[in-house]
Amino acid sequence: MPQGIWIIAEQRDGDIRKITYEIISEGRRLADALGQELTTVLLGSNIKDKASELGHYGADKILVADDSRLEPYTTDAYVSVISELVKANDPAILLIGASVEGKDLSARLAGRLDVGMAQDCTAFSLEEGNLVAIRPIYAGKAYTKVTFEDSWPQMATARPKVMEIAEPDTSRTAEIIDATFSIDDNDLKTKIVDVAKDQSGKVDLTEADNIVSGGRGMKGPENYKILEDLADLIGAGVGASRSAVDAGWRPHSDQVGQTGKVVSPNLYIACGISGAIQHLAGMSTSKYIVAINKDEDAPIFQRADYGVVADLFDVVPALTEEVKKYL
Amino acid sequence: MNIVVCLKQVPDTETQIKIASDAKSIVTDDIKWVMNPYDEYGVEEALRTKEKFGGEVTVVGLGPKRVTESIRTALAMGADKGILISDDQLGGSDSLATAKALAAAIKDLDYGLIFTGQRGVDDDMGVVGANLAEFLGIPQLSVIEKVEIAEDGQSVKVNRPIEGETLIIESSLPAVITTQKGLNEPRYASLPGIMKAKKKPLEEKTLVDLGLDPVEFGENSRKVKIMEITAPPARKQGKIVEGETPQEKAAELARLLHEEAKVI
Repeated sequence: MPQGIWIIAEQRDGDIRKITYEIISEGRRLADALGQELTTVLLGSNIKDKASELGHYGADKILVADDSRLEPYTTDAYVSVISELVKANDPAILLIGASVEGKDLSARLAGRLDVGMAQDCTAFSLEEGNLVAIRPIYAGKAYTKVTFEDSWPQMATARPKVMEIAEPDTSRTAEIIDATFSIDDNDLKTKIVDVAKDQSGKVDLTEADNIVSGGRGMKGPENYKILEDLADLIGAGVGASRSAVDAGWRPHSDQVGQTGKVVSPNLYIACGISGAIQHLAGMSTSKYIVAINKDEDAPIFQRADYGVVADLFDVVPALTEEVKKYL
Repeated sequence: MNIVVCLKQVPDTETQIKIASDAKSIVTDDIKWVMNPYDEYGVEEALRTKEKFGGEVTVVGLGPKRVTESIRTALAMGADKGILISDDQLGGSDSLATAKALAAAIKDLDYGLIFTGQRGVDDDMGVVGANLAEFLGIPQLSVIEKVEIAEDGQSVKVNRPIEGETLIIESSLPAVITTQKGLNEPRYASLPGIMKAKKKPLEEKTLVDLGLDPVEFGENSRKVKIMEITAPPARKQGKIVEGETPQEKAAELARLLHEEAKVI
């Protein structure tokens, strides 16, 4: 019988990504409920010194795969190593973060292991010892609850910024184990030849704590300045609706919605966005939603925690000034 | 270079999703079915590659007969031929089974590249492209917004945006590339294109035709079991921020965000 919960840590340039703490915390909760061990698998190059910190968040064991070919992440190397470790150790549950990298990894790994996988989940629970996952479908217009049948490990990825991070307990230590694995260079078919950093300081919308977003009501690309001013002040990313992106006002990477990014910030401020279902689908898991729109019948108000019926060109600059009082 | 494009048919993104009475599926009666938006970028990129390198573009769809319309759309855009994998036993198949059927239909074709959307905007799994690559034993390049094929047609360089940066990745060919918005601007089918598409070959294949065992497909073969489909969790009733002037409203909003929501 497969035993234990595994989570795959995500690191970039040797820094552990926040999503890792989210899934370790969630994995700990499941491991306690099952009375089983939580193992974190950490892959990278010269990465072992980062392992101990993961123990503070609840891992019992850290399995470290250290090899120069595991930095940076490539699908081929990671899938090869993780599938080998999974086959040798037979865990019952395998959790991965649903970051861009995690989705790439989990998809291929599920194929290699020939197991079912639930992508981009927002909640996990256990029923009769089996993993049960909740995940949004149709970009959140509906939710589905799924479980696994004759498929081990039970595999799922967790949407970033949804699962709560446990308080680290520095008295807690994990057993650190060097993993045994092999990599065949002939299996490595892709190579990262360059990395282009985005504009300095710009947070990706999927990771942003706050987002200020503008739609058709912005009337033109030049007017996003007022959103950027507010965003800079509160440390927010700037998003856009599909119509604003299709009009060429904002880059496609800023699009929030069913054919763009699905985001879960603490605060989402929608300015001049009517709230087409396409858009609502992409931001409905935000903790607080503010809508600023002069059309009081705009559907966005039905989703908003705080609605402001007024011209955004009056409200947004005033809001920026008012917010300064609290910072 | 011959290219394969895999496409899915999905409800138009404006669709209101209604849960069926079995609470395990959605009501499909009034749905307008369209080509998955991310697959359109795949079709377009395949056509651009063909225009540069020559070769044939084959479109592979999977699903009920209505998927023929989406394949015809791709043919009208300029693809050369279509394959529809259609079988009563396929309904309800999960990503793994879907990828196995696609791999069976593609494995004996002569291809240098396979394009498919980075995810379907229905199930939002984004897994079929990777599984297809796995079953064909070739690399995957996922969520790609730029594709440059080497002049000799032996390798490809792609741009893959991740959080905060873009990776430039080189890969041998053949490979599966899953396409992201921003890769290109898909063309519309022209009227002559639509006329020509009617005469282009479109083959239909069952699971048995592909040498597959139908028992391994469909609802009962799912490794991920759907227990329930529900409406999204209700949000608590919001409030309209009071104030005589926009300035007053802004002040009240800032106060609420600070004192009540505690997000500022």
